[in-house]
Amino acid sequence: MRVALFVTCLVDLMRPRIGFAAIKLLEAAGCEVVVPEKQTCCGQPAFNAGDRAAAAMLAKKTIAEFEGYDYVVAPSGSCADQMRTEYPGLLADDAAWHGRAVALASRVYELTDFLVNIVRLDRLPGKFAGSVTYHDSCTGLRSLGIKEQPRRLLAQLPHVALKEMAGAEDCCGFGGSFAVKFGDISAAIAAKKCANIRAAGTDAVVGGDLGCLLNIEGKLRRMGDETTQVLHIAEVLAGE
Amino acid sequence: MDIKSMHFKANAAASLANAGLQQNLRTAKGKFVDKRAIAITELDDFEGTREAAKDVRDRVLQDLDLWLERFEQNATARGATVLWAKDGAEICRHVVAIASRHGVKKATKSKSMLSEEAGLNLALAAAGVQPVETDLGEYILQINDNEAPSHIIAPVVHKSLDEVADLFARVHGKPRKTDIPELTREAREVLRSHFLGAEMGISGGNFLVAETGSVALVTNEGNGRMVTTLPKVHVVITGIEKVIPTLEDLSLLLRLLPRSATGQSISNYVSVLTGVKRPDDTDGPEHLYYILVDNGRADVVGGPFQDMLRCIRCGACMNHCPVYQTIGGQAYGWVYPGPMGAVLTPLFMGIENALDLPQAATLCGQCSAVCPVKIPLPELMRKLREQQVEKKLRPLTERLALKAWAWMANSPALYALGTWLAVRYLKWLAGGSDRIEVLAVAPAWTQGRDFPAPEGRTFRELYAARKR
Repeated sequence: MRVALFVTCLVDLMRPRIGFAAIKLLEAAGCEVVVPEKQTCCGQPAFNAGDRAAAAMLAKKTIAEFEGYDYVVAPSGSCADQMRTEYPGLLADDAAWHGRAVALASRVYELTDFLVNIVRLDRLPGKFAGSVTYHDSCTGLRSLGIKEQPRRLLAQLPHVALKEMAGAEDCCGFGGSFAVKFGDISAAIAAKKCANIRAAGTDAVVGGDLGCLLNIEGKLRRMGDETTQVLHIAEVLAGE
Repeated sequence: MDIKSMHFKANAAASLANAGLQQNLRTAKGKFVDKRAIAITELDDFEGTREAAKDVRDRVLQDLDLWLERFEQNATARGATVLWAKDGAEICRHVVAIASRHGVKKATKSKSMLSEEAGLNLALAAAGVQPVETDLGEYILQINDNEAPSHIIAPVVHKSLDEVADLFARVHGKPRKTDIPELTREAREVLRSHFLGAEMGISGGNFLVAETGSVALVTNEGNGRMVTTLPKVHVVITGIEKVIPTLEDLSLLLRLLPRSATGQSISNYVSVLTGVKRPDDTDGPEHLYYILVDNGRADVVGGPFQDMLRCIRCGACMNHCPVYQTIGGQAYGWVYPGPMGAVLTPLFMGIENALDLPQAATLCGQCSAVCPVKIPLPELMRKLREQQVEKKLRPLTERLALKAWAWMANSPALYALGTWLAVRYLKWLAGGSDRIEVLAVAPAWTQGRDFPAPEGRTFRELYAARKR
């Protein structure tokens, strides 16, 4: 099974180790992992900013680079949803591209969804020990139904104890460019999220989307919390 | 109501800086959310009910003119007069003319968002008619110098008990009370004489039933019945999209409205009012007028935003919105706050007058997840963003940045170079620390939180190095 990894622009820039963790997990599940080297961004920032032309241009680029594999996996519900849910509509006016978008869409998966529902990985390499609470990122949760998948994977790690926080499904306030366009509102929403995380009192907060995690980590540290680790689910599942 | 949505950012900043408001928002938070979550489990098939309600509303919008004609025929046959208003100014002209025809000096009002759209109270006062708000929340706002509501069903949700206690003591000139039943009694005592003395009652309408020519009112305070039955004249003001075909459809929508709004299985009062007082009726108005209002709605029919007209004004979207819950409703600057307002305000008042509203959303999707008629609110906000781009209404810097970024992202070599530089710049900014405290390229991020430092090299570089 040839699986193309969509690294995501945030992982590429900020946390390469998440990309390597995803590769490790996919390989542990027996996949042949390919990282198409010309990949950049799925185009979601342009799509959400209302620039359909730019979003369609990047959608076509991404489809061309990723359509030749059995599956496409991204360590992000947000990026996976863009390809899975939005590409076909975005290219609806172009019969040839629409067909290619639809053909790709059904083969795109968020990482934990893929590990649980497609390859059914049951021997995780991760050695994380400690208590964690899980933040459900909005797009993965509401559009792709990512809820039980990361929890089922965490439950397989013998030394991980999951403790749910209040409002696990509440938005962290990131919202892509919203975090910069309305920085004060965004940070105030993040403060509520972080209060819930701190109330859970776990060693780490874990999530599946790096945008949310950067927002949460930035707010926790500004609030003076130097101890709660902020980790991507791939790091926890694959890490030392 | 004058629109202030163009000042959204300043209004939101003021809301965030208002410690009292922030405390009140924290206190109110979750009450409607938790109750709704329980109330919807009472329905055997909540999802199926939502789907059916969506279908009813879509069916009406498909042939809105025909359903409105049928409503007009049936309402007229039962003695009502149906008037049409193109905009807020025409609402005011109609109501003032009706008041003058019937010698009205005082008008009691139950809540009507259309009257807020029109700024009706000012027009009535200017014409020598005293408008008296009788919904407790609206009454509190009216005696507080006509303050704007912050929520469509709980207009004073942004106020604390202490604030209301102070206001009542000051305006009513009675000893200050902090017991809620006592405060309510005090308001009732004031309102009772208005109820008995008004010649005209003005209400909104939750639904118009085409087959019977009736208006359905969903209320919790009983003021709605006083307003609609005691005065000799009753004026209903509502939007043209509120019509539904049958009473059967009404019962379907009533399964969803109170549950979605306040988490009640049913509101304290549901009134279905039909026609004028007949000879053997013991109460009811002698004269009944319907003012059916366009105010931007007709232009939305048949267009890309038609789904928005399904809205039944429950407020679930704002109750569940992280942005609304953080800044409150008044920051949105017009009648409808939260996600519904982020779509309705630009549609009704002009896209250029509310540029921030569709942008001020994380697109978390919780609003559409709870909407009883499945309005795809995030998608509609995104479409409004697209229109802003098409009409070149975005700031030049944003447009250029987006174009430059998209061009780079479409050119892998350039993109690799750009990220190579960016990651080093960020790492240099962090200077050995695991965070950046002031990010010059995005100061809005670091005003309220740190920006975590990058690892230092891109995945692309590290992966290429590993393969070699």
